[in-house]
Amino acid sequence: MGRYVGTSVKRVEDPRFIQGKGRYVANIQFPDMVYVAIKRSPEAHARITRIDTSAAAAMDGVVAVFTGQDFKDGGCGSLPCGWLVPDTKVPDRPIVVTDRVCHVGDSVAVVAARTPYIAADAVEAIEVDYEPLPTVVDARGAMDEGAPLVHAEIEDNVSYHWALGDQEACDKAFAEADEVVEVELVNQRLIPTAMEPRAAAAQWDAASEEMTVWTTSQNPHPIRLLLSAFTLGIPESKLRVISPDVGGGFGSKIFHYPEEVIVPWVAREVGRPARWVATRTESQMTDSQGRDHVTVAKLAMTSDGAFTGLDVETWANQGAYLSTFAPLIPTALYITLLSGNYKMPGVFGKVHGTLTNTVPVDAYRGAGRPEAAYLVERLVDLAATRLGRDPLDLRRQNAIPKEDFPYQTPVAFLYDSGDYDRLMTTAADRADYAGMRQAQAEARAEGKLRGVGVVCCIEASGPAPSAVAGSLGSAVGFWESGEVRVHPTGQVSVFTGSHAHGQGHETTLAQVVADELGVPIESVEVVHGDTGRVNFGMGTYGSRSACVGGSALVRSAEKVRAKVLRIGAHLLEAAEEDVVYDRDTGRVHVKGSPDSGKDFGELAFAAYTAHNLPEGMEPGLDFVSFYDPANFTFPASSHICEVEVCSDTWEVRILRYVAVDDVGKVINPMIVEGQLQGGIVQGVGQALTEIGAYSDDGQLLSGTLLEYAVPRADLLPGIEVDRIETPSPHNPLGVKGAGEMGTIAATPVVANAVLDALAPLGVTHIELPLTPERIWRAVQAAGNGA
Amino acid sequence: MRHRVCLTVNGKAEEFDVEPRLLLCHLLRAYVGLTGTNIGCDTSQCGSCTVLMDGKAVKSCTVLAVQADGSEVTTIEGLAGADGLHSVQQSFWDNHGLQCGFCTPGMIMTAVEILDRNPDASDADVRHGLEGNICRCTGYENIVKSIVAAGARQS
Ligand code: FES
Ligand code: FES
Repeated sequence: MGRYVGTSVKRVEDPRFIQGKGRYVANIQFPDMVYVAIKRSPEAHARITRIDTSAAAAMDGVVAVFTGQDFKDGGCGSLPCGWLVPDTKVPDRPIVVTDRVCHVGDSVAVVAARTPYIAADAVEAIEVDYEPLPTVVDARGAMDEGAPLVHAEIEDNVSYHWALGDQEACDKAFAEADEVVEVELVNQRLIPTAMEPRAAAAQWDAASEEMTVWTTSQNPHPIRLLLSAFTLGIPESKLRVISPDVGGGFGSKIFHYPEEVIVPWVAREVGRPARWVATRTESQMTDSQGRDHVTVAKLAMTSDGAFTGLDVETWANQGAYLSTFAPLIPTALYITLLSGNYKMPGVFGKVHGTLTNTVPVDAYRGAGRPEAAYLVERLVDLAATRLGRDPLDLRRQNAIPKEDFPYQTPVAFLYDSGDYDRLMTTAADRADYAGMRQAQAEARAEGKLRGVGVVCCIEASGPAPSAVAGSLGSAVGFWESGEVRVHPTGQVSVFTGSHAHGQGHETTLAQVVADELGVPIESVEVVHGDTGRVNFGMGTYGSRSACVGGSALVRSAEKVRAKVLRIGAHLLEAAEEDVVYDRDTGRVHVKGSPDSGKDFGELAFAAYTAHNLPEGMEPGLDFVSFYDPANFTFPASSHICEVEVCSDTWEVRILRYVAVDDVGKVINPMIVEGQLQGGIVQGVGQALTEIGAYSDDGQLLSGTLLEYAVPRADLLPGIEVDRIETPSPHNPLGVKGAGEMGTIAATPVVANAVLDALAPLGVTHIELPLTPERIWRAVQAAGNGA
Repeated sequence: MRHRVCLTVNGKAEEFDVEPRLLLCHLLRAYVGLTGTNIGCDTSQCGSCTVLMDGKAVKSCTVLAVQADGSEVTTIEGLAGADGLHSVQQSFWDNHGLQCGFCTPGMIMTAVEILDRNPDASDADVRHGLEGNICRCTGYENIVKSIVAAGARQS
């Protein structure tokens, strides 16, 4: 059994990409197509006093120009928020604004033209007069007395307050603590920067009144639902949403965006197919951004190093409007993770979701969990310093022991399985941690700034039990659909509601189904990303595709097997209990005599001819399952990083990076390693290079790839990846999800390493990213200035 | 004002009537219909749009179509001969050198030039050679591995 699962099958999707045949939305072109371009606000907060579109409309090649009023009058609804915690204040978010812009990049007017160049010219020709209004950009400053209001009706710019944990136990821990370490830190704004800029295309069939929308989405079904129920108003049955090949998402392509409404609306209005493709600059200032927390926290412990309590207060910047899942991220995906991998009786966290004149903030790779990990892992290092303890040793002392699983934390989650001590010792062995410390001592003796960082991190993946999500504020469920359709020839089409945008589902899910049925992987095709072909599904984010989507397919494959077995028994004229389904070959045969059997193909054919089926059995061989997970899954990781900071240029050089992860059972080791490597470099980017920076007046200062420094190939010397496996006990594959763990662990491990390197200079904290300038300033401030 | 531009794209000579401001990447994608050349930025940072112009890797978003007049352009679609995949393409497939695939055409075209100059390129050489190309998915590990392996196979 299991010919494919657990092996590094080469990706079946690759041939099209390496030959330039990827089917991205920007490649869709129809004769007679109009090209849409959008006038964006250059102001962060302003009243619009005049819009003059006449010059643009008069230009040769311009087909139409629309303002916010046209969309309103044309029946477009505002963008809804799909996650509401108690008493959330939701500002109205129109598709195109009518009288006021709230962040740089807000959409002001729309052009449709014969070519993209003409559309861009016409956008330039639209005249808009703005009367600037006061701005606020800072997560915590937004709540200050007298701060400008982003939306007049929302007091103190507070969208919501939320808290979780055992406050009493927390207070007790601090009252009785021997030692307390405190930190105030910023988890900076990030811009996800998938390499494919967002895009949308649409075609309207006036005769059938059917609309097809192509969009760069991680979840086409929820987008169809939102388009139908809230924004565009075309019935779901008449609306087909296709997410073809999507060039990376990292969370930013989960959400419902204005352009997904604008493009189909324009296509119907002008009676021609329409397409919009964001420029990079446009993507950077309109894709929902990530992180942006200000946090004050303290950790209580006994003198011998046992953690007893954690108290956290966070101000989470939500931007100018609530993006689709915005309130989820700093609440149920952040506060719930504050226990980390540690036993701590008194954890309590509260968060204030604030509105500012910045681009909306929502999930970005890790989403809430990296913010929790960075905070906890920085505090643990500060604790180690305070106690004079080795940071690895202190982590091992406090780690939840493996016999305590399932482990109930004080902040709602029930961790499914894990072995954090083995994770850390594996990482330490792999990195030769003792040798690294030795080398550090020698380097320090030579006056070099060498540092070693270590972390142990937790993630909650595989969202989510629908009832739990509902109780926490979700407007939707988080089950997944999976259909296994066996054709009469025995070929198999697999339809998954999850969506791949780099993760390789066409390979991994085929591995799963091929093993379940015992058929060659070549005979299994995986279909995703098209509401016209696939059952309603929730899409891909939160490292959920294998745990939830894969599990749905296992359930469907089980149903296929059961039916095939019955047909086989019937044709072999044997009792069902006397035959077996051989999962190596897909054959059904009489127990003990493998030769007297029927092939999978024969049985599939028999299911369709229906000439001789068991009494009462329906023809066909096609099953759908909707799998609602029993719990989240809890991947974990221990990473170790060795750095040197140059005392001339204050540049950080990573010498070694060792990652040991536990993502449960692994379906395809090659793909899992790739996910971890990619995730790690994104996390290192947050630690060293990336920041979505705003000026006080709300200008995005890092809106192009010139200023927004995503990691390049030479940022790391290489990554050593290893793993342990503690299977998740509650899904049939034992998988936990591999998409985000790397990102979550990488930021704190690099930060810990750099601060360890700078410890001899008395530097204890620097806000990310750890650029040479910031390091130099911190070193000066610590009294090392010449 | 329009200009006539003669180009050989993937071995086929073609003539176009273009605006002077038309970028080569747009000519390739919209006029020739070769959408394998992706556009990932507007500041010449990402390298997704890299093609070979007279054998040299160029960012086609940074070349005007009129500047390419008279040159030979090879895009990802024209890289392989009739016998299947180019060795760099094969190596990307073998070594999991891509995830979402968006940066991939540009990475492969850049890799071809890196290996043209030095088939024995080391890990560090390749990392340096990729300074003009961004991948957000892979963390570069397997891209570097793919290119080094392709070089080893070539030399
Ligand atoms: S599109 Fe040419 S460098 Fe980015
Ligand atoms: S594979 Fe997605 S950007 Fe490189």
